[in-house]
Amino acid sequence: MSALKLAYWPGCVSRGFTPELHGSMAVVADRLGIELVELDRANCCGAGVIAEHNQELADTLNARTFALAQGTGLAMMNICSTCQGAQSECQQRLDADSAYRAHINEALSDEGIEYVKDKDGFTNKNFLWVLAEDYGLDELKAKVARPLAGLRVGPFYGCYVIRPRSRIGYDEHPERDLYLEQVIEALGGEVVEYDGARKCCGFPVITMNRETSLRQAGTHLADALDAGADCLVTPCPLCHLNLDMQQPEAAKLAGRELGLAVLHLPQLVGLALGFEPDELGMGKHIASTEWVEERLTGAVPA
Amino acid sequence: MPEYTLKVRRYQPESGQPAYWQEFKVDLDPDLSVLDGLLQVRDRQDGSLVVRCSCRAAICGSCGTKINGQSTLACKTQIGEAHERANRRSAAGIAGSDGGESPIVVEPMANMPVVKDLVTDMESTHWAKIRRVTPWLIPEGDPPEREYVVPPESMIDVTQSVSCIQCGACVSSCLSMEADPEFIGPAALAKAYRFVGDPRDAQTRQRLYDLAQDPHGIYDCTHCFSCIDACPKDVAPMDQIMRLRRIATRDHGITDINNGHRHEAAFTKIIQKKGTLDESLLLQESYAQGIAGKLKPSMGAIAGLVGSIPTAVRGVRTGKMRSLTKLIPGVHKKLPGDAQEHVQRVYEHAEEHREELNLYIAGEEEIAPEPDEEEAATPEAEVEPEPDEVGER
Repeated sequence: MSALKLAYWPGCVSRGFTPELHGSMAVVADRLGIELVELDRANCCGAGVIAEHNQELADTLNARTFALAQGTGLAMMNICSTCQGAQSECQQRLDADSAYRAHINEALSDEGIEYVKDKDGFTNKNFLWVLAEDYGLDELKAKVARPLAGLRVGPFYGCYVIRPRSRIGYDEHPERDLYLEQVIEALGGEVVEYDGARKCCGFPVITMNRETSLRQAGTHLADALDAGADCLVTPCPLCHLNLDMQQPEAAKLAGRELGLAVLHLPQLVGLALGFEPDELGMGKHIASTEWVEERLTGAVPA
Repeated sequence: MPEYTLKVRRYQPESGQPAYWQEFKVDLDPDLSVLDGLLQVRDRQDGSLVVRCSCRAAICGSCGTKINGQSTLACKTQIGEAHERANRRSAAGIAGSDGGESPIVVEPMANMPVVKDLVTDMESTHWAKIRRVTPWLIPEGDPPEREYVVPPESMIDVTQSVSCIQCGACVSSCLSMEADPEFIGPAALAKAYRFVGDPRDAQTRQRLYDLAQDPHGIYDCTHCFSCIDACPKDVAPMDQIMRLRRIATRDHGITDINNGHRHEAAFTKIIQKKGTLDESLLLQESYAQGIAGKLKPSMGAIAGLVGSIPTAVRGVRTGKMRSLTKLIPGVHKKLPGDAQEHVQRVYEHAEEHREELNLYIAGEEEIAPEPDEEEAATPEAEVEPEPDEVGER
């Protein structure tokens, strides 16, 4: 396989309240041999919230990020389902209409950049998609130093990498809503089926309707626990905020103990590559990850 | 003809027994619908199977059902396609799928009580909510002698929400309503937009104010896209809810008790100043905006801020927030070099125009083939078909 080099948009939350995501992505990319060129001048995707204020503003902000990525001559990778969703939505509008695109590009001209719709389309993929489609699950499997044998992992996608179906690219990649299961298996772990894998974590309404929000998080955590999960894994740091950071609050509302570790996707990959939990920032989580460590130390090394 | 297995959720209240699953084999052309399969079961195998349907052509909206977990119309879902979808896990080689054939799973719609088998009672979670949004026109002044006359182009905008056939698929799919049954929900809010966007209606502001202030109104939507996937008519209810939010805040300056407007305004302002999100500042400003908000915080703001203290304390303890830039609102760094000025320029340009491109109406532009290539336009360049002709996605 030729070396993978990508323009990298880490997003805001991975450098804010989930610093362990950004950190673990860096060490994991290095071990996998994926070269990441960080877009340090790029801006927030708007998370759908700026689009609520002004759709053109959200489209222009993301056109700016795409243009900066295009300036590197590389395809772009993100590590946040929410970035993926907000950016894909804007890209769909930008790609659909050349007059609109030209209008948006006016705002970027001062900076000397431009979002170009090229023939093959601009590529922006979540790390999950990169793993399954570009890096390859066989290649990933070959890199596994410590199979996650015996670890029961519940997938939690985050809405924005699986919906809406019309925008997510299922025609070309029909298994995009099955990749987490495939990755868990490639790493030697066991997939736990539970009701919430493709549901909403509730985070977008945490400041608007705290009860609706925490009830969603609590329900999915409880369902996963009841299905026997040792941990969840998610490619979305905003889901992580509600499932992990808010977990004690969700437990209060649910009226039961939860205590389920929630791993970022690069952390799960990192564990299988042989990194120690500390190197992946797992001590920064709110819900203890000790159970995951205990499970893994009991596993037979490859 | 291929044989398919339908695994149907049965519930017959008069039996006194709980709901159960029953499998049926049907012989059907793959192009025919799951509804055709169910009707074949009823005709040939079990006359007691209760299904609601009428037009069989995705017009009447009677056969809302969950097929393989997806809320949709049974008449608009081809059985061959549903069969493929049911087998996707085993096709993808995921363990636990045993590699064999999986049945097509058919259930009644969710988020509403089941009357019998696949028939649900839509009154409490659909029709009552539709009535909640005052779904009729309230014009001002005396009615004209004949019809109300408006320029045709002023009505184009509401054609998307007018396309709703009241099937309830979006209500069934709604993940907010699953957590909060009082949520007004996607169908009713899309219907609300139908009147908010109507140039003849004189109560636009009142409608928006009402829906913004309701704790189960426009700010109770979690933006999960489920309703967009469920809708057989491309109404995209979530998009209509976002437009309601946009019009409520931007055009009418409505500030709500749910922090909806404050959250959006604070988020937008932070990115203008910093380029990336300062989460501490967002939290603070979402509850108590500006100096006035902090000097005289509302009860809701105090509750919200106090409510987030335990979470912050836990964050500091684990090291998640153990740095000044993360803990103290406003210390967050700007983008490097002149990048922040360019973000500022983006804001100026976009705030001046505020264009909105609705692809349902505008469609995707057809791209001429490359001059040196013989092949026709690429598939993604195809023009969107008419809404009524859009197939199951």
